[in-house]
Amino acid sequence: MKKRFLFVLALLLVCSLAGVFAGGASEQKTSGVAARPTEIQFWTWRPEDVDFYNSVIAAFEKQNPDVKVVQNAIKNTEYNTVLAASLSGGSGPDVFQARAYGGLFSLSQSGFLEPVEKWVPSLKDFPSAALASATDEGVVWGVPAVGQTMLVFYNTDMYKKYNLQVPQTWSEFLNNCQVLKNNGELAIANGTKEGWIVETLLGVVGPTFYGGDDFYNAVVAGETTFEDPRFISAIEKMGELKPYLPEMYTGVSYTDMQSNFINELAGHFLGGSYEAGYFEAQNPDLHFDIFALPGIKASDPKRVSVYADMSWAINANSSKKEAAAKFVNYLSSVEVSNRMISEMKMVSWTPGTDSSNTPFIQKVLSLQEEGTPYIFLAGFRFQQPTGSQLFQAAGQGYMSGQMSAKEVAASVQKGIATYYAPFQK
Amino acid sequence: MTRKQLRKIGTISLFVLPGLIIVLMFIVIPLFMSMYNSLFSWTQLIRNKFVGFENFAKLFGGFPYRDMFFNALKNNVTWFLMTVFIQNILGLLFGYVLSRRIPGHAIFQRIFFLPVLFSIVAVGYLWGLYLRPNGLLNEILNLIGKPEWRHAWLGEAKFATPTIIMVNIWRWIGFPSLVFMAAVDNVSVECLESAYLDGAGEWKIFSKIVLPLIVPSITIITVLTIIGSLNVFEQVYTMAGLDGAPNYATDTIGTLFYRTAFGSVDAGSPEIGIGSAISVIIYIMTFVFSLITVVSSRKREVEV
Repeated sequence: MKKRFLFVLALLLVCSLAGVFAGGASEQKTSGVAARPTEIQFWTWRPEDVDFYNSVIAAFEKQNPDVKVVQNAIKNTEYNTVLAASLSGGSGPDVFQARAYGGLFSLSQSGFLEPVEKWVPSLKDFPSAALASATDEGVVWGVPAVGQTMLVFYNTDMYKKYNLQVPQTWSEFLNNCQVLKNNGELAIANGTKEGWIVETLLGVVGPTFYGGDDFYNAVVAGETTFEDPRFISAIEKMGELKPYLPEMYTGVSYTDMQSNFINELAGHFLGGSYEAGYFEAQNPDLHFDIFALPGIKASDPKRVSVYADMSWAINANSSKKEAAAKFVNYLSSVEVSNRMISEMKMVSWTPGTDSSNTPFIQKVLSLQEEGTPYIFLAGFRFQQPTGSQLFQAAGQGYMSGQMSAKEVAASVQKGIATYYAPFQK
Repeated sequence: MTRKQLRKIGTISLFVLPGLIIVLMFIVIPLFMSMYNSLFSWTQLIRNKFVGFENFAKLFGGFPYRDMFFNALKNNVTWFLMTVFIQNILGLLFGYVLSRRIPGHAIFQRIFFLPVLFSIVAVGYLWGLYLRPNGLLNEILNLIGKPEWRHAWLGEAKFATPTIIMVNIWRWIGFPSLVFMAAVDNVSVECLESAYLDGAGEWKIFSKIVLPLIVPSITIITVLTIIGSLNVFEQVYTMAGLDGAPNYATDTIGTLFYRTAFGSVDAGSPEIGIGSAISVIIYIMTFVFSLITVVSSRKREVEV
């Protein structure tokens, strides 16, 4: 009780202080110079990228002296809650990083988002796969920013040391893992402590075995179910990796597996293309490359899961939409996109970007030719229980040996069928 | 009413008012808001039409909410049982021993209480590191030659919840110890002296004299344990995340509520109606269980 009281007291104190400062600010406004720039609030969930966005903002303000951008980076895990709370209170940032797919539509359906088509003319040239990630009920709610691809990172020094080749078949891949293991190396960095890294694992392993778009389109249309043998076999392929994961992998978290790969303890890392920038920044001496997981035969298409990760959105209640739109147009310009490619190793959706100086991005783009939507995120993350939520939990059950692949598939199917009309036939 | 009386009432309400406003704003209003919200259908963050008890029907109607709810409740029961039997019995023991003024009791008293003052987030984070597969605990087990006892403490379904509970006991044990120590200290010296003179042993004194006299403290601690076990959230959140990983093994109704109402970052979208329904159930359970404990243990209290 006493704790709560102190907390409330502190809260009141902060509120009253904020009031004092807000009062001061509004006074300044009225007495200030006429040409004072319009100040807009810009929120991201990337405290890691504050420096990058600061330099983007500096360049923007140089070109647009009439707009001042204030950046506020909020921790990823708290972002959705903080953003939703301030938007539903009628305030919030003018421009912000929004999720894609269901995460974006949860805001648009609540009436918090400004349709962006009329503000961002270049939107019509964006690839349709990217626009799909931000379009709900025929309206585009955010400018798609980056795309991610789920693939295998491998340590090229280790491959050289043990004389390994990039695998062309599934058994060659397992064989490479076995060679690393026999030599006392950790074959695969991944763990399963958090649910979402199990979904990532499926995103890397699955598409090649369940058959990419054919299965995706069929299951979205309700022509087949997740209990389809193709999907079950994809889960079982995930299980075949168990011997090559770290000891006690059920307790290995996302940061542990990153550090396994960054510190050159592991030969492979199954994850998203978004890791590359972080890997390079953490260990400049780490030499790595990427490949898509091969199928049973060398001639099988090597498929990767692809998804739009982030979009730039404008607050529907913003009183400074003109300035906000200016900034969003700049964020999605070729200039910023090229910087995203070269400095952050992110695949940008903006048409006309140049990746010729960045071999990594070029390689990702070439793997994307066999791309298929990241199944649960793109297709089944719109209502609870989401496909992601169901698979993440059941996938952990499978990887720890509590559940069979069939049970995983059945639980995902049963959960989605509680609301998804095509599954209720 | 005279002016003087009015003034007196005015002065008194001036003292009551701040507390009342705080209780209203942060406890009573949110409580009724969540009851109200639980009766509506929601599209994301927008409240739609009145649906009566439909959210409750969904919650208890079947897969997946019913399964998740009872699984989470089962974990809350585990929290309660382990806390009552391990933390409170150890706390009673520590409190009793400390009140017997063993050598160095002042130091032990502070050491036991120290973790209570730590931030729960820091405790969760640090223990999360110690309990990693290659963390401190497993390294110690290696050193003492028991590598087969090593486990992925937070990653294996059967260990995850008990592990988090043990960490919480480590953090919180000082509190019941202190309460019990104070209670035992309050037992009248005459009473104990005469028992000694009559030849009663240590165990007899504890079970026949001390224990009945400290029932009020036991009641308080038990009520706090019940409330704490039903509301457990931060410990799980900091050590295992919101999704009850692995495979709902660490899920509690607190994390289930949060995840359902606000949507987990990596998996979901918010369902405020059902979330509010869960919060109403948590409130009712906390209220009923606390009431039962208070009423039933009042009968056992003994006056000297």
